[in-house]
Amino acid sequence: MSWILIFEQLLNGVQLGLTLFLMAAGLTLVLGIMNLVNLAHGSLYMVGAYLTLAASQWTGSYVAGVLLGLAGTLVIGMLVEVVALRALYDRDHLDQVLATFGLILFFNELVAMLWGRASLYAQLPQYLRGHVELFSGSSYPVYRLSVIVVGLLVAVLLWYVVTQTRLGMLIRAGASNRTMVAALGINIRLLSTVVFGFGAVLAGLAGLMAGPIYSVQPGMGELILIQVFVVIVIGGIGSVRGALVGALIVGIVDTLGRAFLKPMLGAMLSPTAGEAAGPALASMLIYLLMAVVLALRPAGLFPARG
Amino acid sequence: MKTPRLLLWSVSVALLVALPPLVSWLGQPFYIDLVRRIMILAIAAVSLNLILGYGGMVSFGHAAYLGIGAYAVGILGVYGFTNGLLHWAVAIGASALVALAIGAVSIRTSGIYFIMITLAFTQMLYYLGISLELFGGDDGMRLKSKSQFGGLVDLRDPVAFYYLSLVLMLGAVFLVHRIVHSRFGMVLRAAKSNEGRTRAIGFAPYPYRLAAFVIAGAMCGLAGALYANHTNYIVPGLMSWQQSGDIMFMVILGGMASTAGPVLGTFALLFVEEILKGWTEHWQVILGPLLVLSVIFFRRGLAGIFYKPDA
Repeated sequence: MSWILIFEQLLNGVQLGLTLFLMAAGLTLVLGIMNLVNLAHGSLYMVGAYLTLAASQWTGSYVAGVLLGLAGTLVIGMLVEVVALRALYDRDHLDQVLATFGLILFFNELVAMLWGRASLYAQLPQYLRGHVELFSGSSYPVYRLSVIVVGLLVAVLLWYVVTQTRLGMLIRAGASNRTMVAALGINIRLLSTVVFGFGAVLAGLAGLMAGPIYSVQPGMGELILIQVFVVIVIGGIGSVRGALVGALIVGIVDTLGRAFLKPMLGAMLSPTAGEAAGPALASMLIYLLMAVVLALRPAGLFPARG
Repeated sequence: MKTPRLLLWSVSVALLVALPPLVSWLGQPFYIDLVRRIMILAIAAVSLNLILGYGGMVSFGHAAYLGIGAYAVGILGVYGFTNGLLHWAVAIGASALVALAIGAVSIRTSGIYFIMITLAFTQMLYYLGISLELFGGDDGMRLKSKSQFGGLVDLRDPVAFYYLSLVLMLGAVFLVHRIVHSRFGMVLRAAKSNEGRTRAIGFAPYPYRLAAFVIAGAMCGLAGALYANHTNYIVPGLMSWQQSGDIMFMVILGGMASTAGPVLGTFALLFVEEILKGWTEHWQVILGPLLVLSVIFFRRGLAGIFYKPDA
C-alpha cells in the first residue's frame, strides 16, 4: 500500500469524522442544556437527506434543494420539540429514550411510506462531481473535499457562537444551571427550542452531505446515531471540543480499520485469517476503542461541561 | 393483599394452560405459535426487569444476549451438536460471559453513559454477527436441527414446545421474584433508590449490580436459545437496537419493578403489534406515536392498574 492511498484514506476518515461531529455537536448541546437524550436526532439526519433529495429534484437546483432541505429539517425539528419532547424535559432518561424510540419508528416508517424502502442515491451538480489533484499522482473527489471544508467551517462557527457570543454564553450557563438562568429572567424554554432547532439543522446538514456518499434509506439515521454515541462517550458529554476530537478519532480509526485491517492481518498472519477476521474486527474497532477509553477515563477525554 | 394477586396469577396461568386445546378446538393453531413467541420474549423482558426495574440499570442492549443464545444453538448445530441441554448450557454460559465483560465496563458509569454504552456494545455484536460469513452473515442461518432432549420433550411438537416455554417463563418470573426478595435483591434495590446510603451502611453496589447484570444476561441467553428453536432461523437482527428497544418497552409498558409487569407488557405490546400488522403494512407509523403517548401519559404501566409496584 502506497502512502498516497494512506493519505486518501486519512482524508476520508477526516470527512467521516466531521460528519459525525455535526451530529455529535447538536446531540451534546441538547444533552448538556436540556438534559435530554434524543434518539430521534438520527431521524433528523435522515429527514435532512430525504428532504434535500426531494427538493433538489423538485426545483432542479442542488443549492435550492440544500436550502429547502435545511429549512425543512429546522421546521420538523422544532415541531418535534414543541409537540413531543417538551413534555419530557422533567422526566428521567429512561422515559426520554423510550419516547424518542417511538419517534424513530414513526419517522422511519413515514419515510418508507413516502419514498419506499429501497436505497436512493442523491445526484450531485456537475461542479461537485469531479476529482481534484492534491499533488501529482493523487486525485481526490471534489465532493468529499467540500464536505471537509464545510465541516471545518461549521466547527469554527460553533466555536465562535458558543464561546464568543451572548447566545453561547446563555447556552453554557443553561448547561451548568438551568434553574438559575431562568431565575435571571432568561426565557429558557425559548432558548431550548432555539438550541434544539440549531442541533436539528446541524443533523440535517450532516444527513444531506452524507446522502451522495452513503445511500439514503429508512433507518440510515440510527446507524450513524450509534457511532455518534461512541463519539460522545469518548469525547465527554456536553463538551463541543470533546465532540470534535472524539469524532475525528472515531472517523479516522473506523475508516483506516476498514481499509487496512484486512491486508494487514493477511500479511501478518495469513491471507485466510485476514479474509475472515479483518472485516469483523474492522467493524468492531471503534467499540473496542470506546471500551479502552472508558476503562482509562470513565468520563471521556474532555469531561468538562459546556 | 396477597390473595387477589395470587388469584390473578392462578387465573392467568390456567388460561395459558387451557389455550392450546382451546385454540386447536377452534381451529386456530396460529395462536399457539403467537403465544409461544410472546412467552419466550417475556423471559427476556423478565430478565431485563431484574436490572432495569429493580437495579435501576437502563440497559439499551439486552437483545445482545437474545442473539448470543440463538447463535449458540445455531453454531453448535452446524458442528453436529444437537443435545438440548448442551445448547442451553452453552447459551447461558456464553451470555453470562459476555454480560460479565460488558457489565464490568459499563457499570463503572451511570445515567446517559450507561444507556449509550450498552447500546454501543450490542451494536458491536450485531456487526460481528453480520460479518460472520461462515454463519450466514447478513442473511442469517437456518437452524440445522432443533434442540433435542432425548425422550423428555420434543420441540418439533408445537404444543409440547408451548408448555416448555410456559414452564420456563413461570420459572423465570419465580426466580426473579426470589432474587429480588433475597438479601442480595435488597442490596440491589437499595443501591437503586439511594446509592449513597447503601454505601454508608457498608455495601459497595458494584459487585451486586454486576452479578445481577450477569444473571439477567444468562436468563436472556436461555430465551435466545428458545427463540432460535421457535423461528428455526437466526439473524443478526436479533441483536439490533430495535430489538433491544422492544424488550425495554415490554418492561416499561407492563410496569417496571413489578413481578408480573414484564409478562403483561410483552403480551400487550406483541398483541398490539399483531393487530396493527393486520391493518396495514406500515404499522410502525401507528405504533411509534402510541409508544410516545404511553410514555407521556401512562407512567406506571399495566401492572400499576392492579397494584402498586413494590420497589
